[in-house]
Order: sequence, then C-alpha cells, then structure tokens
Amino acid sequence: MKRTIVPLGPQHPVLPEPLVLDLVLEDERVVDAVPTIGYIHRGLEAMVEKVEYTEMGFVAERICGICSFMHGMGFCASIEDIMGVEVPERARWLRLVWAELSRIQSHLLWLGLGSDAFGFENLFMHCWRMREEILDIFEATTGGRIIFSVNRIGGVKRDIADSELAGIAERLRALGERFAEIARVFRADPSIHHRLAGVGVLPAGEALAAGAVGPMARASGLATDTRLLGTHGYDRLDFEPVVEAGGDCLARVLVRLREVEQSIDLIRQLVDRMPKGDGQPIETRVRGLPDGETFMRLEQPRGEVVYYLKANGTKYLERFRARTPTFANIPAMISLVRGHDLADVPNIILTIDPCISCTER
Amino acid sequence: MSFFRRSPWILHYDGSSCNGCDIEVLACLTPLYDVERFGVVNTGNPKHADILLVTGSVNERNVEIVENLYRQMPDPKVVVAVGACACSGGIFARAYNVQGGIDRVVPVDVYVPGCAARPERIIDGVVQGIAALEGKRAAMAAGRRRGALRPQSGSQPAGAA
Repeated sequence: MKRTIVPLGPQHPVLPEPLVLDLVLEDERVVDAVPTIGYIHRGLEAMVEKVEYTEMGFVAERICGICSFMHGMGFCASIEDIMGVEVPERARWLRLVWAELSRIQSHLLWLGLGSDAFGFENLFMHCWRMREEILDIFEATTGGRIIFSVNRIGGVKRDIADSELAGIAERLRALGERFAEIARVFRADPSIHHRLAGVGVLPAGEALAAGAVGPMARASGLATDTRLLGTHGYDRLDFEPVVEAGGDCLARVLVRLREVEQSIDLIRQLVDRMPKGDGQPIETRVRGLPDGETFMRLEQPRGEVVYYLKANGTKYLERFRARTPTFANIPAMISLVRGHDLADVPNIILTIDPCISCTER
Repeated sequence: MSFFRRSPWILHYDGSSCNGCDIEVLACLTPLYDVERFGVVNTGNPKHADILLVTGSVNERNVEIVENLYRQMPDPKVVVAVGACACSGGIFARAYNVQGGIDRVVPVDVYVPGCAARPERIIDGVVQGIAALEGKRAAMAAGRRRGALRPQSGSQPAGAA
C-alpha cells in the first residue's frame, strides 16, 4: 500500500475559496487530512483598534459576503446590548425579514455549489437562478445585492413599506412552488442518492463531541438551533428545528432543503404578525460611548455564531471576537473525510457548507 | 465591441476577499448573466487561462500563490482586479495582515470597482480585459515579425531569410 499526500487548494476548481487540506492517502483512501489556514486572514477583529465603533458594523458585515447581513446584525445588537439601546419594534421585525431572506439566499447558493460538486450542473444553474430572485428583493429593499449596510446601531437604515412586504411574501410563495420542483429532484434523483447517501456519516454522539453546529448538527439528529432561544424576536414566531436522523451527506442536503421551506414560512409569519402602518420609527438615535462587555448568539445559515465585544468607554472597542459556525464544524469535517475515497472528499467538504472567510476573518 | 476575437478563459483566485465578489464572479456564470454563451469559460488550470481574475487583497500568505498562478499562465495574459479589496485593499486596507491591492504583486490591467463588485461591472472588466489581451497579442506578433527581420545581435541570420 503506497502512501501519498495530495494537496487540495488553495486554488481548486470545486471550491471558490482557498481551503487548504493536505490529504494523506493510502491508494485512493484518505487516512488523514491536515488543514492549513491563513490564506484569507485579514486581521479584521483587530481593526476595532483603528475603526470607531459606529463604523465597525460595516467592517463586521464584510466578515463574509454570504451571511453579511447577520454579521452586521450581530455586531449592532451587541453594541445595543452594551449601551442598553431600545431598538424600535419595526426595526426588530425588519431585521428578522432580512435575516431569513439571507438564510434562503445562502441555502440556495449552497444547494447550487453542492450540486456542482457532485456533478449536477443543471441543478446548480436552477438553484442560482432562484437565488437571483432573492437578490432582487434585497436590491429593492436595501440597494445592495451582497453587502447591504442596512443595519445601524439602534435600528435599521431603511423601512420596507407594508405593500412591499406583502409583495415579498407573495413572491416567496410563488418561489416556494418552483422550489418544490427542485426539492423533488434532490429528494428523488437516484444519481444524487448514489453520490450522497451513506457518505460521510456523522453520528449524533460524534457531532456533539466535535461541537458541530447548525445544519451539520441538525442533520445528525441534534435539535440545536439558536433561534429557539427566542432572542432577537424569534419568540414571536412558531417553528420547529429541522432535524434529520441520517447524519450523511444526503441528510445535510435535506436539512437545508427543509430550512428554505421553513424560512419562507417564517417570512410569511413575520409579514402577517408585524404591526402594520408605514412611517413608524426604525432607528433610535444613539448617544454616548459604550462601556462594558457582552456575548451575543445568532443562528446563521451555517450555524451558531457567537460574538464577544468588550468596550472601555472610548470610541474604539477593546475587543471584538466572532466564533463563526464553519470554525466549529471543521473538526467534524476532518474526522469525516478519513476512510473515504478521494473522489468523495469535495462532497464531504461542501456539505459542511464551509465559509473560509468567516473562519479566518 | 462588435465581436470577440477569441473566447477568453478565466482563472479565478480568491485572495483575502469576504466572498462577496467571489460569489458575484460565480453569479456571472449562472442563468441571469451567463457569460459562457459568449465563450467566457471559468477554468481551474492556470495554463489554460488568458485572464486572471483576482478578488480580495494580498496578505502574507497568498502573495506567492498569486505570483505562482500568474507565472504559470501563458503569454499574452491579463490581470483583472475585481472589487475594492483587489484594487487597493478596500475597507481592510488598515487591517494588519493586508498588504494592499494585488498590483503589489502582479501587474494589473483592469480595475473593477465596487464592494461587492456587481456582475455587470465584472463582465465589463472582462470585456476590457479582452481588449487589453488583443493589444498584447498584437504587440507580441509585431515583436516576432521584427525578430524575424532583424535577428538579435550575436546570432547568425538563418540563411537569406
């Protein structure tokens, strides 16, 4: 048996991001994987020493271009928590609308990239075509496709008119019908099952031990979802965490499929239950400087993100730290690729939905 | 531009970007924009590529990766810097691990602004890259013709030609 080391990345056709793994192979079988990091490291958290806290939200948003809204929301909510700012009711609801739209966008993006990894390019195109409709909604409501800069400390920058919200809910309902067709392909296509079923199985115990979060943990039967804490206004919505028992690559796909459906339903609930009336306040004016520290948890599309902020009464924060979901999922991913064929490695890596720019910041 | 003289093949490398521009580069390939219908192909192999599309800035670690990719591409080649970070370091210019735009490492022909750069802008950047590519190709061809007429000093003219 011959041992070889195959480098994967930093420039690789399947992965748009520079994920670097040294795969130790025995013939075609992976026996170990050694990750190398630092290709996207910018030193973003240390920028709090040079950027005022009022502007740091725009930097936090650029931790990652896929879940940018939620990073901005997490940062602003943390500062609001430290300063004891009461966010207007309308802004809290609007944040959730954008947050759930981000989840749909991110999952559609991932479902596309995943299909590309298992060689179903047609499906990739369909997923990304649907994703463009979500981006249209973002563009109409915030002005940006990827980075919105709509979060402010104390609220949000733009309101969405009631008529527009109803239009969004209607658009999403129609999108949901078209999404059902794609979901049917993912669920029923034998070639997809052939590539994904039984590959990269993560048992519930191991997921717990490795500290997996988000869809990765839920696909292994763990009902963890930070939204269940009811913070950020999620207590006003009715939902159950999406859990699959399989723990394999297919289960991770199914969790994300169902979460798209769930988020469409959540946005419908938001639009129904939101207090009606245009012209409500959306931003509280913030005065003074933050002093104190806080922890903040949010459920991003990839799983739980934890922010730690420490302020010292000046306009520059003392410490800003983000524990992002991909960082938490990497140990589980490394254990998953062991024992699999080299050709399955891209699938396994992609089903954790890696976001390297979140991880390395 | 009435038509492309050639179908440019593109190599995409993600420097230290936030994913925003990368996702927009990928969005160019998908049905709404679909640049493949113009013959623009995203390749993973630097030796097949005409245009190097870099998103994100240069940091300690990826300097040599960008240099390596550029070195491996055949001449004529063009570099398109996509997004504010690739142009100048953008919002991260002050971060400790960011050295600046990719023009610190490789010569950049086209700068595409934006944070994140919109797909329309990226496509426009590639179209301008094609023009630059044509210019370089013509210059190379002219260089070859001059070389054939007047051989470099020290070498014997090959026959009467």
